[in-house]
Amino acid sequence: MTALALDFVPLWTLILGLGVCFYVVLDGFDLGVGILFGFAPDTDSRNMVMNSIAPIWDGNETWLVLGGLALLAAFPLAYAIIIPAVYFPILVMLLALIFRGVSFEFRFRDTAHKTFWDHGFTWGSTIATFAQGVVLGAFIQGFKVDGRHFAGSSWDFLTPFSILTGLALIAGYGLLGAGWLILKTEGDLQDWARRLGKRCFLGVLVAVAVVSIWTPLMDADIAARWFTWPNILYLAPVPIITAILALVEWRALSGKAEALPFIAAIGLFLLSYLGIAISLWPMIVPHRYTLWEAASSDSTQAFLAVGTLFLLPVILMYTGWSYWVFRGKVRSDIGYH
Amino acid sequence: MELDPLILSRLQFAWVIAWHILLPAFTVGLASYIAVLEGLSFFTGRDIYLRISAFWIKIFSVSFGMGVVSGIVMPFQFGTNWSRYSDATANVLSPLFAYEGLTAFFLEAAFLGVLLFGRTLVPRWAHFVAALMVAFGTLLSSFWILSANSWMQTPAGYEMVDGRFFPKNWLEIIFNPSFPYRLGHTVVGFYVTTAFVVVGVAAWLIRRGRFVAEGSRMLSMTLWLLTVLVPLQILLGDMHGLNTLHYQPAKLAAIEAHWDTESRAPLNLFAIPDEQNETNRYVIQVPLLGSLILAHDVNGEIKGLKDFPRDQRPPVAIPFFSFRIMVGIGILMLAMVATSWWLRWKGTLFTSGWYLRACQWIAPLGFIAVVAGWTTTEVGRQPWTVYGLLRTADSVSPSLTGTDVLISFAGYMIAYLVIFPAGLYMMARFVKKGPDEADDEIEEIEGGRPGLPVRALPHGEGANRS
Repeated sequence: MTALALDFVPLWTLILGLGVCFYVVLDGFDLGVGILFGFAPDTDSRNMVMNSIAPIWDGNETWLVLGGLALLAAFPLAYAIIIPAVYFPILVMLLALIFRGVSFEFRFRDTAHKTFWDHGFTWGSTIATFAQGVVLGAFIQGFKVDGRHFAGSSWDFLTPFSILTGLALIAGYGLLGAGWLILKTEGDLQDWARRLGKRCFLGVLVAVAVVSIWTPLMDADIAARWFTWPNILYLAPVPIITAILALVEWRALSGKAEALPFIAAIGLFLLSYLGIAISLWPMIVPHRYTLWEAASSDSTQAFLAVGTLFLLPVILMYTGWSYWVFRGKVRSDIGYH
Repeated sequence: MELDPLILSRLQFAWVIAWHILLPAFTVGLASYIAVLEGLSFFTGRDIYLRISAFWIKIFSVSFGMGVVSGIVMPFQFGTNWSRYSDATANVLSPLFAYEGLTAFFLEAAFLGVLLFGRTLVPRWAHFVAALMVAFGTLLSSFWILSANSWMQTPAGYEMVDGRFFPKNWLEIIFNPSFPYRLGHTVVGFYVTTAFVVVGVAAWLIRRGRFVAEGSRMLSMTLWLLTVLVPLQILLGDMHGLNTLHYQPAKLAAIEAHWDTESRAPLNLFAIPDEQNETNRYVIQVPLLGSLILAHDVNGEIKGLKDFPRDQRPPVAIPFFSFRIMVGIGILMLAMVATSWWLRWKGTLFTSGWYLRACQWIAPLGFIAVVAGWTTTEVGRQPWTVYGLLRTADSVSPSLTGTDVLISFAGYMIAYLVIFPAGLYMMARFVKKGPDEADDEIEEIEGGRPGLPVRALPHGEGANRS
């Protein structure tokens, strides 16, 4: 096969990057909705908040499975080192996602324990988000590696930096969730989402600033990547556009715009994501293995690429269709009761 | 006592997979049943099918949600607890897992929302298509995951370099020797399991005297289906057994507790296997039947466990008993189906109280059979994760301590012991309500589409500004 002579690593980097990106934006906003759910003023608005994501959360969470599996399939060495290294954050995330996921069904069915499932939903969403942020922080810091194995302890993940990224992600997903709710609701509930969105936005602003200063201080390679000539020139648009988007987000939250807060929040996420990618490129296990070193065999990448290139557009099409079916404002008289 | 991360990781995996498999055992069958009901409703236009379908969709939605959340746990287990297995097998197995996600999970997730909430938002044919797609998704999922599992049992199409597996022939990998039998036996097992749940619920509805029409229709349809599926399942099980005899003789020897290689082997109906002394105690056996059943030949040779070094033998007692539990339930199911023919012929299928009660009792047994069958095949694979090539002991993540795994195992135990009883309680409540009130709980989540009549909204004036 001639295909075997091709280098599939750039393609898989792109697919994995896109998969993680879809996950972060899509499950990001519905985890964010879960975080904000706990602050909703009354039962009616809680029902609306939850119903705004009831038909789509399952599909959003599927990107997490795909992200994990794409990492395993395309860069198995990275998977085999990173996942055991973040043993506890992954455990906590999974347990939180379990409670959160079943809350959709259970809180409307099991009215005797509604409060319990309300807490399950909002705490599940918050803790899962925090755990994902901790994984991100631990990943940026890097792991102790021996040959093809993680050689540190299961508690290495716990650092001030990873706790900071955990908290940062709560604010970030909260902002995405607020953007979604502004889009899907109206009246008092929308005003409420705008107020919470602003608080989350301030949290995001502080977090992005602290992480942007902390990371280059912590890691000389990252500092060199950003602050040496001519990189500083090429990469300058990233912080500049981020600053502009931040301004747009703040004005959108304060004004009347219904879609812009969500769109600008997604933009902020994409730029932060791009920033991390620039910092770490081309490593997939920071400081240790590049994307090429961690890649699976050519035959594996080729076999999976053929199907993925065909299936991903189809998936996007029918996922788009299911969003289209449930488009528009969510209403409290219909949905789960 | 030193905590062993290997044993604890195995227990944790057994725990999360055993609970998880109960859900596909139910949702694979139920998704197909709902698709059939939606089809009948679509083509005949009769309300009764719609009522039955809406009733089961509610139950489906609870079990599917639980299947999703307990399923997300699974792919991460390979990384957290079995990283060396992941590193060794990823080149071969990971595309099968990834194709499961790409072909099945997204399909199910996207169309589930429409199936649950979209009945009045999309045309009727589109709702029927959504039901078909969800059912198709569950079958695709079974295809890929059982292919991967079968490859671990009967690896093929690979080469080994430095202790890691590399793909040589994808068709041989996917359609490895045990896969067709395992796929058939498992999926039909899932269908049978679901069908007996439907039979049990239908029997209960009839006995209570409410929703008798719906209950009778469910009971009759499903017992016809079982008339085909239960004998088919026994046939598939037999074929799967022949396959195991050929490719995994040590597993078969453990299942039958055969210590010595012999032709004209007896069948052990009951025994207490004694692994220390390599013998059985309290044996009840039938002469010649072992060779006849296992090799389809009275003179057929059955390999004994003593032919395998001790460190390559699976545990004996667990597969021996779990296999007998599975087969016993299968025979009981066959008896139930045969009895239904007799009652149908007499015309008293819906009025025989004792039979309907028996239907209720047998309803959960399919799940026990599924877990017993799974235990047989997975424990019988030991001490390997990839049969004969990669040991379970060499598969576990090297960084884990016993305490780490004890903490995570406790976490999964607590979570599942809250979630599963709660889910069961909720499904039981739906059953109690019956098919009549099927539509008053789940309705459509509807966006404000321009042009719809304005309904009262709690916030704003009901303007649809979308």
